[in-house]
Amino acid sequence: MRRAARAFAVAIATAAAAGTVMAQGKGAAKAAAPPAQTVKIAYLDPLSGPFAAVGQNILRHFQVAAESATAGQLAGAGVRFEIVPFDSKGSPQEALTLLRAIADQGIRYVVQGQGSHVAIPLSEAIARNNERNPSQSIVFLNYAAIDPDLTNSKCNFWHFAFDANTEMKMEALTDYMKGKAEIRNVYLLNQNYSHGQQTARFARDLLARKRPDAKIVGEDFVPLGQVRDFSPYIAKIRAAGADTVITGNWGTDLVLFVRAARDAGLTANFYTYYAGVIGTPTAMGASGADRVRQVSYWHPNVENNPAEPIYLDFKKRFNEEWYVLASYNSVTMLAEAIRRAGSSEPLKVAHTMSGMKMTGLMGEIEMRAADHQLQQPLYISTFTKAGGPVRHDAEKTGFGFRTEKVIPTYVASAPTSCQMQRPAKP
Amino acid sequence: MTSELFLVQLLNGVSYGLLLFLLAAGLTLIFSMMGVLNFAHTSFYMIGAYFAYQLSAWIGFWPALLLAPPLVGVLGAAVERWGLRRVHKWGHVPELLFTFGLSYIVFELVQVVWGRAPVPYPVPPELDGPVAWLQAAGITFPQYRLFMMAVAILMLGALWLLLKRTRIGLVIQAALTHPEMVEALGHNVPRVFLGVFGAGCALAGLAGVIGGNAFVTEPSMAGTVGAIVFVVIVFGGLGSLAGAFIASLLLGLVDAFGKTSGASLAGLLSSVGFAPTPQTFGYPVLAMTVAQVAPVLPYLMLVLILIFRPRGLMGTRES
Repeated sequence: MRRAARAFAVAIATAAAAGTVMAQGKGAAKAAAPPAQTVKIAYLDPLSGPFAAVGQNILRHFQVAAESATAGQLAGAGVRFEIVPFDSKGSPQEALTLLRAIADQGIRYVVQGQGSHVAIPLSEAIARNNERNPSQSIVFLNYAAIDPDLTNSKCNFWHFAFDANTEMKMEALTDYMKGKAEIRNVYLLNQNYSHGQQTARFARDLLARKRPDAKIVGEDFVPLGQVRDFSPYIAKIRAAGADTVITGNWGTDLVLFVRAARDAGLTANFYTYYAGVIGTPTAMGASGADRVRQVSYWHPNVENNPAEPIYLDFKKRFNEEWYVLASYNSVTMLAEAIRRAGSSEPLKVAHTMSGMKMTGLMGEIEMRAADHQLQQPLYISTFTKAGGPVRHDAEKTGFGFRTEKVIPTYVASAPTSCQMQRPAKP
Repeated sequence: MTSELFLVQLLNGVSYGLLLFLLAAGLTLIFSMMGVLNFAHTSFYMIGAYFAYQLSAWIGFWPALLLAPPLVGVLGAAVERWGLRRVHKWGHVPELLFTFGLSYIVFELVQVVWGRAPVPYPVPPELDGPVAWLQAAGITFPQYRLFMMAVAILMLGALWLLLKRTRIGLVIQAALTHPEMVEALGHNVPRVFLGVFGAGCALAGLAGVIGGNAFVTEPSMAGTVGAIVFVVIVFGGLGSLAGAFIASLLLGLVDAFGKTSGASLAGLLSSVGFAPTPQTFGYPVLAMTVAQVAPVLPYLMLVLILIFRPRGLMGTRES
């Protein structure tokens, strides 16, 4: 009975989505329905090593998204989606070697997101591959690597970014910090690789513009995934007299940092990018309550939350948090592009996706044609005790995220310097 | 650097160093005995943390603190009795490969049993929060870290007494260097080895129990601490307990002070009258602060000691 009800709900949702899509597609040329087939998507992220927990969890996100795109026939009847996992071990070399294997296996779509240090060479390698072997072209759906270079100086036609980049997120964070008079002394602590360095750079630039009175009292870079003991950094932050810490850290680098801060009784507020990532709420527990804020495109307690059923379903099935909305958006947008193009041929799909507008899970989304950066609203939230608006606590900790401010798309948007070379339309 | 900051960093460094020593002590003892590095040693550290997490969920932290290390020790003894002892007769390389493979198996097993994500293993409420009498002096230092230091020093003392002041210690020391002679005197050398291996694993387990909640309990915890523990025992001299102790403290202090030092080559040059500018050749390297290169310092120390004193600080073997 339950299952039947769910199938019915899916059917309705699909019909509704198809309706809006048809309304939008009226002006465009009519394409034939894509033939029945299995579209394979390579998932190229760490499945072992220090960031394995995150990698495995997000793999399940994509498998669920592929299942629902198949069941909902989002790309048309008979088009199935399948996720093929590849373990990049978080290493650029490993990822590039696997890219060869992916191309040889005839897989034409790659999703990757964990680490811009992998995404940038991967994006370049894919562009090179597509130029040399147009018949083996590959489309790169980047769900979480957020170095702005990817959609600026190093942008290319085959790369599509579904997460808001560092610049957009920092734009949103500083927009919120603008109204917080208690912020006087800011400390920047980030991971020492492209993403962390960009976070620090944009924090400096944007704070100088929006809060010229706030002082940056210190800055540190830590090696990615290697520091066990953060207490020396905490002592340094305290000695610098910081009341606010901005960090782009993720995974264990954020967990250990927040815990060390709490153990040493540091009372500064933390402005983070990734407090909601798997394992982080558990490790923070009460130590993060009311002083860890997060900027993200979604959290489980946003108002008007159509993603809630997916979140609950995922939690029930895997006993894990669902938070990577981009997994859903990227697979859905790919399916929709295949449907509109009437083919799963990468060049056609990429052209369709460039500049495409559609109704995503949380409302209108647009894949900006100029740089292939998805435009979407952002949320600033605080990690706090569950109850009231905090309907869902994270990882059974009794604490969850509460929206502080919604940053509309036009504020979170950032200009681009991308000069994209577009291959001829087929 | 203010004196408060200096003291806090000193305490941070010493407490981290003592935790490293708990790990390194067992590893270096086992090395003197087998002549082979036990790659699975930090796996026992991880098992200790997971056992403590599970036991403290059932019966509370304090019983877990007492129960988990002996359990890990029994597990280690079982590995020695039914695994390593059989492999031993084929020589050192198979032994090495055995422990290497074992570390992978433990890594996978832990993930199967407890999952890949970190587990919630909190510090006990009694030890939560800063030390009151230090706070009065203007120094905020977590009680739990002080507790870690106390446990490590206690174990260090007990170990020293056991090895230097008891008959058992005498037999162990003799068995490490002259097993045939000890056997000829009627002692059961394999049983001595079994005990040493089990005790070494129990020490690693204890480090896991107190380190697991100070940091984080997750499947990659063994791998990340593994490299640094090898640095400790090579630096201190393979097989030398005193060397491992000095090396642990040294590495803990380098870690704490290195991470917070703003000194750079450019600063050093300026202080002797030659101030480099951004146009100077190699300026990015000159301007790098010690804090930026701090994570590499332990490995730099490793390379330097291997070049200038291959047997380590207090080591006795050349190889």
